[in-house]
Amino acid sequence: MSAASIDVALPRLLSGISQPGMVQLDRHLDVHGPLPAPARLDGATLVELAERSQLRGRGGARFPAATKMRAVRASRGHAIVVANGCESEPMSRKDALLLEELPHLVLDGAALAARAVGAERVIVAYEGPNHDSRLSLEHALKQRRSAGIDSVAFELFAAAETFLTGQETSLVSQINGGLPRPSFIPPRPTQRGVRRRPTLVQNVETLAHLALIARHGADWYSGLGTETEPGSTLVTVLGAVNAPGVYEIECGTALEPLFAAAGGVRGAIAGLLIGGYFGSWLPAAVASELELSDASLARHNAALGCGVVVVLPSGACPVAETVRVAIYLATETANQCGPCVHGSAAIARTLHGIAEGTAAASALADLGRWTSILPGRGACHLPDGLAHFVSTALRTFPAAFDDHARHGPCEACSAPALLHIPPPSKKLR
Amino acid sequence: MKLRVNPINCHAHGLCAELLPEWIRLDEWGYPIINPDRIPRELEAHARRAADACPTLALLLTRD
Ligand SMILES: Cc1cc2nc3c(=O)[nH]c(=O)nc-3n(C[C@H](O)[C@H](O)[C@H](O)COP(=O)(O)O)c2cc1C
Ligand code: SF4
Ligand code: SF4
Repeated sequence: MSAASIDVALPRLLSGISQPGMVQLDRHLDVHGPLPAPARLDGATLVELAERSQLRGRGGARFPAATKMRAVRASRGHAIVVANGCESEPMSRKDALLLEELPHLVLDGAALAARAVGAERVIVAYEGPNHDSRLSLEHALKQRRSAGIDSVAFELFAAAETFLTGQETSLVSQINGGLPRPSFIPPRPTQRGVRRRPTLVQNVETLAHLALIARHGADWYSGLGTETEPGSTLVTVLGAVNAPGVYEIECGTALEPLFAAAGGVRGAIAGLLIGGYFGSWLPAAVASELELSDASLARHNAALGCGVVVVLPSGACPVAETVRVAIYLATETANQCGPCVHGSAAIARTLHGIAEGTAAASALADLGRWTSILPGRGACHLPDGLAHFVSTALRTFPAAFDDHARHGPCEACSAPALLHIPPPSKKLR
Repeated sequence: MKLRVNPINCHAHGLCAELLPEWIRLDEWGYPIINPDRIPRELEAHARRAADACPTLALLLTRD
């Protein structure tokens, strides 16, 4: 196939959306066509397709999907697929958009993932209070049953409303009737997960991409993006742009065209947050040169993570925003691992002291030490995420932190929060 | 051979750091910070002893 004959245009995932609300089954089939039958595309071929497409997870870690599928196939027992639509990252909206408006794409992908690992059961998890997601999923499943599309059994799961809810071992624990708490690895869910069976946990956007790759192939998928990061990806753009929302971009694209698509940047900006609450603060000056590719982001010690891009307006206070998120994350720990519980609390408390101008003289040095010893020391990556979020804030806004440490709150401290802090979760301990 | 700790099971008894100070130090809350490198031959026996001594079986030896 010559490159010219490949239709690479954007949008891909979002192409079915023509009006607000859920894309119905007939429209979904009009736009994308039916799923290839198992006789034409078996499980092993699907894994190969995922491999050749270099499809990587969109839940935050960007782990190769084919590697995980192979691990599940290599484990003994009847496999189960979990479609992870929890989207516990407070600034992200892409997974909710997929569940609410494009449930058929997600369900197609989940059915294909089941085919890839030989599973007969799929559990679709969403954040419990997210009623719209459940309604769309139920409606879509009814349409599919009447049309007789699926050979797998789907089940919906209402996950807890906490920051840890969508972490994969925490999600598996909940489905097994336990608390939303991560567990120690090994065993990995791919070896022993839901009902002690080999379990493939995959983010709903990852599955939606799989639904299109299965239809159009790896060459089509790679018609967009870079050599090492083919395809498209969803990002949630928020903050000082004229049209905040979810956008589908070519992988590796520059930041500027994304801002243009989001209606342009509004006014002067103080900085950027790339990757959400596990992400990196970056100075405003890098916006003009930054590409959303692994390579370009890595040069700035950043990663796209779950795809959240926040533009901090110059009227906002980076210290106040950072402190609120740090306190939120520290209160959302699962209270299981000593270094995480003590370290997160110490970081949050000390940051709060700096913001109030009441911290000890050693505060900045303490923060530097804690953020460097915390990564890798919990059962999950919450401490790693928090440490990175805080250390990049300190590096990006040194003058602001210094100023608060000396003089206390600035005028912008009392401005409404830009970074969303969910109400305290009713903790199930 | 490497050493790892299961942070959910570790209750900061600190015994491990006493037995293997060359490889394990404690943070300010008493939780172990373990050298992630491969353990040198001459420390392997000590590492095994430290893992066996952990009261909560939180200290794990891994191959590789
Ligand atoms: C604290 C924490 C929260 C997470 N929350 C989510 C989430 O809400 N949704 C999600 O898909 N992945 C989440 N993840 C990542 C999952 O653990 C897992 O890597 C992902 O669901 C795998 O799917 P993927 O490979 O398709 O991305 C979270 C990870 C951590 C450490
Ligand atoms: S690292 Fe923290 S958030 Fe993760 S399981 Fe341990 S205590 Fe819970
Ligand atoms: S001996 Fe065990 S419980 Fe005590 S600090 Fe070491 S690993 Fe943790």
